[in-house]
Amino acid sequence: MADSSARAVPSSPPTALPVVGKSETKPTWCPGCGDFGVVAAIEMALKRLAIPSHDVVLVSGIGCSSNLPHFLSSYGFHGVHGRVLPVAEGIRWGNHGLTVIGTGGDGDGFGIGVGHFVHTMRRNVDLTYVTMDNQIYGLTTGQASPTSTMGHLTKSTPTGVIETPIDPVALALASGATYVARGFSGDVKHLVDLIANGIRHKGFAFDDVFSPCVTYNKINTFDFFRQRVYKLESSGHDPSDIVQAWQRSLEWGEKIPIGLFYRTERPTYEELEEVLHAGPLALQPTGLRDPGPVLDEFV
Amino acid sequence: MEEISVRVGGQAGDGIASIGEAVARGFSRSGLHVFALNAYQSVIRGGHVWFQARASGSRLYSQGDAADVLYALDKATVEIHSAQLRPGAVVIHDPEKFAVDASQLPPQVTLLPVPTLEIARKYTSQSILQNAGGLGAVAYVAGLPLDLLHQVLADSFGKKKGEVVDWNLGASTDGYKFAEQHASVSARALGRRGSPKLLMTGNQAIALGAVAGGCKFLAQYPMTPASTIMHWLAAHARSLGVVVKQAEDELAAIHMAIGASFAGVRSMTATSGGGFSLMVEALGMAGMTETPLVVVESQRSGPSTGLPTKTEQGDLNLMLGAGQGEFPRAILAPSHPIEAYSATVDAFRLAEEWQTPILLASDFHLSENFATVDREEVSVPSAPPSLFTVTPNGGDYLRYQITESGVSPRALPGQPGLQFIAGSDEHDERGHLISDVRAGIPVWISERQRMMDKRMHKLDGLARSVPPPVLEGAADAPITFVTWGSTIGAVRDAIAELAERGRPANLLRFPAVYPLEPAKVRSLLEGAKRPVLVEANYSGQFGRLLRAETGFEITDRLLKYDGEPFSPHEIVARAMEGPSHGGQ
Repeated sequence: MADSSARAVPSSPPTALPVVGKSETKPTWCPGCGDFGVVAAIEMALKRLAIPSHDVVLVSGIGCSSNLPHFLSSYGFHGVHGRVLPVAEGIRWGNHGLTVIGTGGDGDGFGIGVGHFVHTMRRNVDLTYVTMDNQIYGLTTGQASPTSTMGHLTKSTPTGVIETPIDPVALALASGATYVARGFSGDVKHLVDLIANGIRHKGFAFDDVFSPCVTYNKINTFDFFRQRVYKLESSGHDPSDIVQAWQRSLEWGEKIPIGLFYRTERPTYEELEEVLHAGPLALQPTGLRDPGPVLDEFV
Repeated sequence: MEEISVRVGGQAGDGIASIGEAVARGFSRSGLHVFALNAYQSVIRGGHVWFQARASGSRLYSQGDAADVLYALDKATVEIHSAQLRPGAVVIHDPEKFAVDASQLPPQVTLLPVPTLEIARKYTSQSILQNAGGLGAVAYVAGLPLDLLHQVLADSFGKKKGEVVDWNLGASTDGYKFAEQHASVSARALGRRGSPKLLMTGNQAIALGAVAGGCKFLAQYPMTPASTIMHWLAAHARSLGVVVKQAEDELAAIHMAIGASFAGVRSMTATSGGGFSLMVEALGMAGMTETPLVVVESQRSGPSTGLPTKTEQGDLNLMLGAGQGEFPRAILAPSHPIEAYSATVDAFRLAEEWQTPILLASDFHLSENFATVDREEVSVPSAPPSLFTVTPNGGDYLRYQITESGVSPRALPGQPGLQFIAGSDEHDERGHLISDVRAGIPVWISERQRMMDKRMHKLDGLARSVPPPVLEGAADAPITFVTWGSTIGAVRDAIAELAERGRPANLLRFPAVYPLEPAKVRSLLEGAKRPVLVEANYSGQFGRLLRAETGFEITDRLLKYDGEPFSPHEIVARAMEGPSHGGQ
């Protein structure tokens, strides 16, 4: 997160302005959907950090979880399928005083949008990306997703998935993400910590969240995860050690780790982009202010 | 027309463009008007490339039809180009490299063998220095003074000093002196004509116009012939305060530009047809979320990968139809760098004013070729204000408020109390979705229609805001060429030549090809005695648009889709031969 002096509109002190809360739009997710826990956790994380709602932009693509920006009181951009990250990057580079949070699902982020996912991480753009990973396509009524496990029977794979699922945590580690965490929407308190720390983290923060689909995924249910997840924070894991992070990311079976896998410090894209040193781009002067020398180059 | 054309040819990697650009700059610094064509292939080494610098005391709009000096770095160049040499032309080559049979040259064309390799060896073992010797000989024959050539050469090395610069100056002097002893200055040489002019490509003019128009953010993925927009802006990013992002693909590029624009930054992306095809969905998103955006579509020969380094105007249908559903857009189509500059300034103003994507149609011919511009012609608008200076009223803020023009008050993230969601789904005035639980409910059925009407009303305003069609030349001319984009250049030069032959013609051009005001366009078309459609594509895409918009069909058509730009003589020939209907 940028320091407050770089905020877009340094109007009144943050606490005097409303922080992010619920909007007037009620979530349209199925009763019991994992995404309720995630929207609650994002709201609580932003409240904890006391960031005024007008300085927050929630960006999403398409899918059940991508409706999330509508349910909170910040600014939002609800774009097309798979493109949450390039829009979020553009917003950061346009005004790096803003707190930008990308939200979406596993199809959006690891299927159609996986190219952007990898590139955004190697750039270490200072934004937070929360994926609601339910290992299924929900809004299109139950096809296999990039994180569906082998053998999963879905409408598009009636004889079972025959592809190895993407491991978002391992992919993030390989792509140079500087904050890699996994949460579970059945443990909102833990998730709030992960998201708040991710927002506070200087650089790209990735929170992959197990967010069960109660309608179309009968395998990876709340119970499935409740029986398996354990917290890295209480198991002697050192999140500064990438080798340990790799080892933990490979665990999938009777025990599945959640929590912070890895965190490191690296300059952000915004810090390395010299033009942004003069302040948020949206507030910088525009136009050809001194055309003479530029035109001389054409002589 | 009084003019002189110098052509340089050889293989990719020979340094052809550098020689050609030095000649072109020699002319433009002499105060001459220049049009310079850079013809290359999709290879990095080998093949055949050529560069032509054409100069005149009056403005040139095309590469012309013939050359007066040919500097051949390989034998193939002589074979390919000698048919286009004018009487009096000189062919410069180094006999140590290859022999030329003078009897195979057209009548009144002479050979000037120059020992360019021998000259180079005086200074270095690097054979590339032969080009400086050849350039010296070219400059002499073309009537460029040696001191001017030295200036141009020295400047091309920038701040670099040292022996390489000295070698180049020395070798060019040797070549110049050699030519002085063995040849004479071309009878077509023009000398100096006033103060130096600016020499720029269409893409450089677009990049410059973008900055002047307030652009602060460019995201782009490399693709010929749009890449040099990114190159120029990247080189000037820090001095002009523009963030330039090479994206991972065109999908990312346009979405980044939309994101930055949503955040309050005037933004642009640029690509060619293949990349634009990938951007199509996002274009509609900009229309639906009412986010201002400028997209440069520099066309090349299609379909598919097509001819990456050759020109065409074959993407008009794509630009018109890009995106599912309907949303407002405008398509500007400049024909010359000075028009490209002002059209880009206009594009940013229109995008902001109408909160919708504006397309700038260029093509290889405009984007990559050079033409001269007078410094006074570059009109620099006052710096566009920060978008944060406008804050819509708070209270019951409606981002997508229905207004007569279709344009609603726009808030930016960071402005307190005005939060809204920009949605690619259909939404109401507040930005709330009407795509899920409200879809198909009677009150929301009519709301959907109202939102469509609101957005599409912008087209009416846009049609009045874009530059109108222009009839150039005598209103009562017996023939009217109807055209758009870079093809206008060859038509203008053809009209000048026809006038010299006592055959008046005029030009109906469309600086904006969409949206049109049908009644006005129809009356212009009906006023033409013999309208001839000229465009560089197979099916006459603009003619089809004109027919769709006005009901007026132009049956006399001159179409070209071989990858090469129109030459004036092709247009002159059509005017001389009389009407032809339906074919090419």
